[in-house]
Amino acid sequence: MTNHKRRLAVSGLLVAALAAVTAACGNAETPAADSASDAPAEPVTINVHTFGGGENFGYDAAVEKWNAENPNIQIKYSNLTDRFEDVFLPQLLQRLQAGSGAGDIVGIDEGAMGLMAARPQFFLDLGEYGLQDRKADFPAAKWEAGINADGKLFALGTDIGGMTMCYRKDLFEKAGLPTDREEVAALWPTWDAYLEAGKKFSAADTGAKWMDGPNTIYNVILSQEAPKNGNVSYFSKDNQLVLESNPAVKTAFDWVQKFSQEGLTAKLQAFSPPWNKAIKGGDFATMGCPSWMLGVISGAAGDENKGNWDVAAVPGGSGNWGGSWLAVPKQTKHPKEAAEVLNYLTGKEGHVAAFKEAGAFPSSLPAQQDPEVADLKNEYFNDVPTGKIFSDSVKDLQPVFLGEKHAQVKTAVEKVLEGMDQGAVGYDEAWTKFVEAGVKAAG
Amino acid sequence: MTLQLATPPRHASPKRARPGRRMSRFDLRGMPYLLVSPYFLLFAVFGIFPLLYTFWLSLYDAELAGDREFAGLSNYAKLIVDADFWNAVFNTVGIFVPATVPQIILALLLANALNKRLRGRLFWRLGVLLPMVTSVVAVAVVFSQLYSRDYGLFNWILGLVGIEPIAWQNEKWSSWIAIATMVDWRWTGYNAIILLAAMQTIPKDLYEAAAIDGASPRRQFWQITLPMLRPTIVFVVFISTIGGLTLFTEPVMFEGEQIMTGGTTGQYQTVAMFIVEQAFRGSFQIGYASAAAWLLFVLILFGTMINYWFTRRIGGAR
Repeated sequence: MTNHKRRLAVSGLLVAALAAVTAACGNAETPAADSASDAPAEPVTINVHTFGGGENFGYDAAVEKWNAENPNIQIKYSNLTDRFEDVFLPQLLQRLQAGSGAGDIVGIDEGAMGLMAARPQFFLDLGEYGLQDRKADFPAAKWEAGINADGKLFALGTDIGGMTMCYRKDLFEKAGLPTDREEVAALWPTWDAYLEAGKKFSAADTGAKWMDGPNTIYNVILSQEAPKNGNVSYFSKDNQLVLESNPAVKTAFDWVQKFSQEGLTAKLQAFSPPWNKAIKGGDFATMGCPSWMLGVISGAAGDENKGNWDVAAVPGGSGNWGGSWLAVPKQTKHPKEAAEVLNYLTGKEGHVAAFKEAGAFPSSLPAQQDPEVADLKNEYFNDVPTGKIFSDSVKDLQPVFLGEKHAQVKTAVEKVLEGMDQGAVGYDEAWTKFVEAGVKAAG
Repeated sequence: MTLQLATPPRHASPKRARPGRRMSRFDLRGMPYLLVSPYFLLFAVFGIFPLLYTFWLSLYDAELAGDREFAGLSNYAKLIVDADFWNAVFNTVGIFVPATVPQIILALLLANALNKRLRGRLFWRLGVLLPMVTSVVAVAVVFSQLYSRDYGLFNWILGLVGIEPIAWQNEKWSSWIAIATMVDWRWTGYNAIILLAAMQTIPKDLYEAAAIDGASPRRQFWQITLPMLRPTIVFVVFISTIGGLTLFTEPVMFEGEQIMTGGTTGQYQTVAMFIVEQAFRGSFQIGYASAAAWLLFVLILFGTMINYWFTRRIGGAR
């Protein structure tokens, strides 16, 4: 009797368990089936995934405006991470390979554009959605970088870096240096003059260092030297590694070494928590500032430092560091809507809104010429006319060719620079290690 | 006088006995497998399949979201001569020794102390286990702050004694010590409790007999406690070895950013970090990383065999 009851109980339990499992599996299926047939009535959500510190791409206002005006296509804007090379890029590659999980629109930094262009199988051909007509809006090199190995358009430009030098007004005052931005620009027409100003600042003993660390200054100088050397950086235009032979790289390296040896750096690694803390705490007085760095600084330094940071022209003339693109992964379920949203975000409205919010200077010509951009003053940085400064900075810009493995080589060699600055790598062996790391990263 | 009672049940039983017997046979033989199957099904999907797939992938020259080319055992050949890989192995073993040896010795001593009659025994025993409750990432983040070059607590203390602030991330020895302290802090209590539980199963008569024979507490510890604890010590050493050789979270958090290089020149890059760096940073070489993962497995086998050989000799050969 008890045997029979127990058997019944066990089989009953098994049946109940099986039923629960199949019900759970079954429930996941039904909503998807419903939405497919209900397509016009339900709003389509387009996920935009970007990266970057501080205000990053600056699309909050633009997204709000679009969502209010377009109830049937809603944008969900998420900034996934501060760091592009170590977090955003590997994650994006994994999701592209897996075939799901990437946003409907993804941001791509200039360093990885070569890599993405070599993988046309993962991205939507924007030409099929009429975006081919945007060609006139962009300077040639910004447009060219968005054409992939199959010759199709896969990405449109967002911002362009340009170059300035940000400085701490209050620290300059304490050290007895001029604080007006014209005078500051006159203080450092060349990098030698910048070095001398740095020595003077250190002698004043304010407790702060002249600059943050090797990464930012290295990229500034490299971006200036590259146009003087055939517009190439680590790779020649046929994707050969020219790290060792390119004078632009050696010059930038030598300057970083000099600044480090003079003890002018705060030995910080860029885009790390201690670096953010130092921006807030005023532990260094100057830093190379492409347009997007303004957003990073205002985000990291916070409201209490409003007016403490200012912007002056950079020593050594203009250059371009950074700039991003937006692309649509082929795995998206709403290609038409995603292309529409991408058109908006990379259009004049999107660019102007991003510039106002994050200081990211537009790469599209109509946006650059818009009086809103040209006359814009950045409140956080003492009402500096950023529109005018960056317009001048990018006017004669020759964009530099970045090879397929640019991001990898960049990360590897910058690690050696940090090691040299922090004392883990000796100054005399640093160049050899630098080249070694670059060659290894290029694979 | 005939046994009338026996017949009626016998009529009914043949029909009911057959399905009943099959059911009870399944109940006896088949049910255990059914009950254990969920674990093994999950293990097959999340344990065995990735193991085999990783090996298959290690035979290819593969790039993440890129091309895949058959390469045979060339990834392994390249690894064996890769200085960075051996640097990672050196770091891993270098962190493993200060992270495991003092930890287990301390755990033994702690367990011995907790076994005595103390006031507030439960409080002490729970207190020793408290570090286990915290999240590994949180611990690593806090400790990394404490070891910060400019504002860290340890440098401040060293400063009080007149020592220059140490850049803990810059050297091998300093970064190894820092990471080892994180691991020790967390796992000592756990090992102590396991050893304590084992100690309490040692019959008291042995100690009484030894005391009568005039053995000192120290002698009792070495001659009674340790040999009786041998199986547990073997377990604890095995688990610590596997944990130590696959160390990942603490050194990654120590770096501050998820760059996986383990310091500017790989001062504290462990093999697990090396694998992630090869697969998801730099050149995204997942084939090469898969080969490194299998070599790590071989390394762990090696390590546990060495440890087994050592622990066998506790309390005399058996």
